[in-house]
Amino acid sequence: MTAPLIELKNVTKRFGEKTVLDRVNLTIFEGDITTIIGKSGEGKSVLLKHIIGLLRPDEGEILFNGKQLKGMTRKERRSIKRQVSYMFQNNALFDSLTVFENIALPLREKTRLDEDAIRIKVMAQIDQMELSEVTDKYPSQISGGMQKRVALARALVSEPKIILFDEPTAGLDPLRKNVVLSMIARHQKKIRFTAILVSHDIPDVLFISNRVAIIDDGRIPFQGTPMELEQSENPVVQQFIKGQASLKDELTGLNTRRYIENMLIQEMGRPDRLQESFSIVMFTIENLEQINEHIGHIAAQQIIQFLGTLIKDHFDTADTSARYSQNEILMILPHTGLKKAKQVLDELATDLQKQEIFQAESYPKACFSFSILAGLAEAGPGMDLDSLIGQALSHQKNIVHLECIKHGETA
Amino acid sequence: MAQATNSIFAPFSRLGKLSIAFLGELGAIAIFFIHAFALIFSLPLQVSKTMQQVFFIGAKSILIILLVGLFTGMVLGLQGYYTLVKFGSEGVLGAVVALSLIRELGPVMTALMIIARAGSSMAAEIGIMRISEQIDALETMDINPIRFLVSPRIVASLISFPLLTAIFNVIGIVGGYLSGVCLLGINSGIYLNRIEPNVAMQDVRGCFIKAFVFGIIVATICCYQGYFTHMRPGGFGAKGVSLATTSAVVLSCVLVLVVDYVLTSFLL
Repeated sequence: MTAPLIELKNVTKRFGEKTVLDRVNLTIFEGDITTIIGKSGEGKSVLLKHIIGLLRPDEGEILFNGKQLKGMTRKERRSIKRQVSYMFQNNALFDSLTVFENIALPLREKTRLDEDAIRIKVMAQIDQMELSEVTDKYPSQISGGMQKRVALARALVSEPKIILFDEPTAGLDPLRKNVVLSMIARHQKKIRFTAILVSHDIPDVLFISNRVAIIDDGRIPFQGTPMELEQSENPVVQQFIKGQASLKDELTGLNTRRYIENMLIQEMGRPDRLQESFSIVMFTIENLEQINEHIGHIAAQQIIQFLGTLIKDHFDTADTSARYSQNEILMILPHTGLKKAKQVLDELATDLQKQEIFQAESYPKACFSFSILAGLAEAGPGMDLDSLIGQALSHQKNIVHLECIKHGETA
Repeated sequence: MAQATNSIFAPFSRLGKLSIAFLGELGAIAIFFIHAFALIFSLPLQVSKTMQQVFFIGAKSILIILLVGLFTGMVLGLQGYYTLVKFGSEGVLGAVVALSLIRELGPVMTALMIIARAGSSMAAEIGIMRISEQIDALETMDINPIRFLVSPRIVASLISFPLLTAIFNVIGIVGGYLSGVCLLGINSGIYLNRIEPNVAMQDVRGCFIKAFVFGIIVATICCYQGYFTHMRPGGFGAKGVSLATTSAVVLSCVLVLVVDYVLTSFLL
């Protein structure tokens, strides 16, 4: 195991009578996305502010690369501060500066770059965040989702090694929420910064996290991978996950992965199952990254949303489909054999191919390839969940395909 | 018995607590100023930000200073004339108007007008930045908020106050001329001629010293009140900003007048 980048050891913080953090231990590894989840008012933001040094612990210590924050010289502390960005819950954009000036501020104040170099860097961020229309507007003149993206751009522009996100998706609609999360994930993959997220948007946020910590009553009863989270026996964790199981995926309106897995396990364990065959279909949206890149994050999320809604509206009478991962949707077809299922899938494929959103002509300015794969599997005797899903994945074929058309050449 | 003594001493202990709190606050303001003043000279110098503040505090206040200066001079001319005419010495009206403006009214009235116009907005702007976490955001970017927000305002005040005071004095003397010469018929030559020999360099120097000191007081107190909006007891959020603005204006007005007395007694 690699050495942790940041370590909180027995950190306690009190505000007056109230103990907000009670001997908190937390470990953060380099290059990971660590998500801290918990109910509101449980001290999540306070925890983040300790990591960046806006607040100091009453007791306990915080270590960076094994070195105590308290014992550092001012110079050392500043050099750490320069590697860290913070995205505030309510964005904390400078409201008397334009969008451009907001993003440029860290560069103007803290680097010796000339104005041209700054402009190039800032414009690159603005293009990536799809903000080019509002460059000269003030924060109060743009929408909440855009403000979030400006804050994200400002956090990224100084190329930090660590970024702390305080509720990056709070107050956004499901589509924008997923847009922000997918942007964070994408940039994290590209620049490999260490991210610490505070959120209560489960399950969406779990799709992009490597590690999860739960904060409850000022303490951290659990930290580990999302997988370990699901298997944990800890009662507080159980309570969290149970709460989650009743939730639906906000973006698509489909069920969550946990819900459908439980359902599948139950279904496969039924003694009378042999008379009642059922099939599953696994949809995968391929090249979502390219859509992010060429058309935009909003379009990419809209495609997921569209596919989810279409499946739900046309085929999901028994509420049996779920968003399985960021770009996968799993559908169960009850009382359906493989043959009938294939028919159903063909119908869906024809329907999908007709949709405007999947026509190359809808994207005249971009060049990218994109496809939706679907794979069928029928539950047979003696199969377990993994092999059933594995089978569906291995049988995946294109049902929608969109190839890059070079408009310049054909015209 | 003990209770009775307690109730006798209660007002005194309250007074003592209040005085200590007041002195503590003054000390904190002084430290705040020294901090901000030292950061003025840290490189790179914040020239463009300072110029923006000079524009905001100085250039944009010119109109109001002209207006207030003109009427102050005019009323001085009127009042002075009716008092002086009783002694038959209305000839010295020019000197009376010029001296009272340069020595007293110019710096004080200018400071009060800038407090009302720019000081209140300094406190409110910085206060809003505090409550919306913009100051925290600066800190996380390793930008010193005092250097970024307060230092340029102090420099800008040091530049603007003396210049605005000078404008106030000149327009005030013109106002006195309007009411004394044009309305009440004093000889124009006598009015102007009496000014030059009666106003000494010492008066002008005192005027500028006052303007500098008032500039420091106003900028420091208004920035301080805004900067520590979140530490105020009894008001959070927008309420906190409104309290901060109010106390910035009240405290700087009172201090300007108190310090004016102290300075005058030293300069005389």
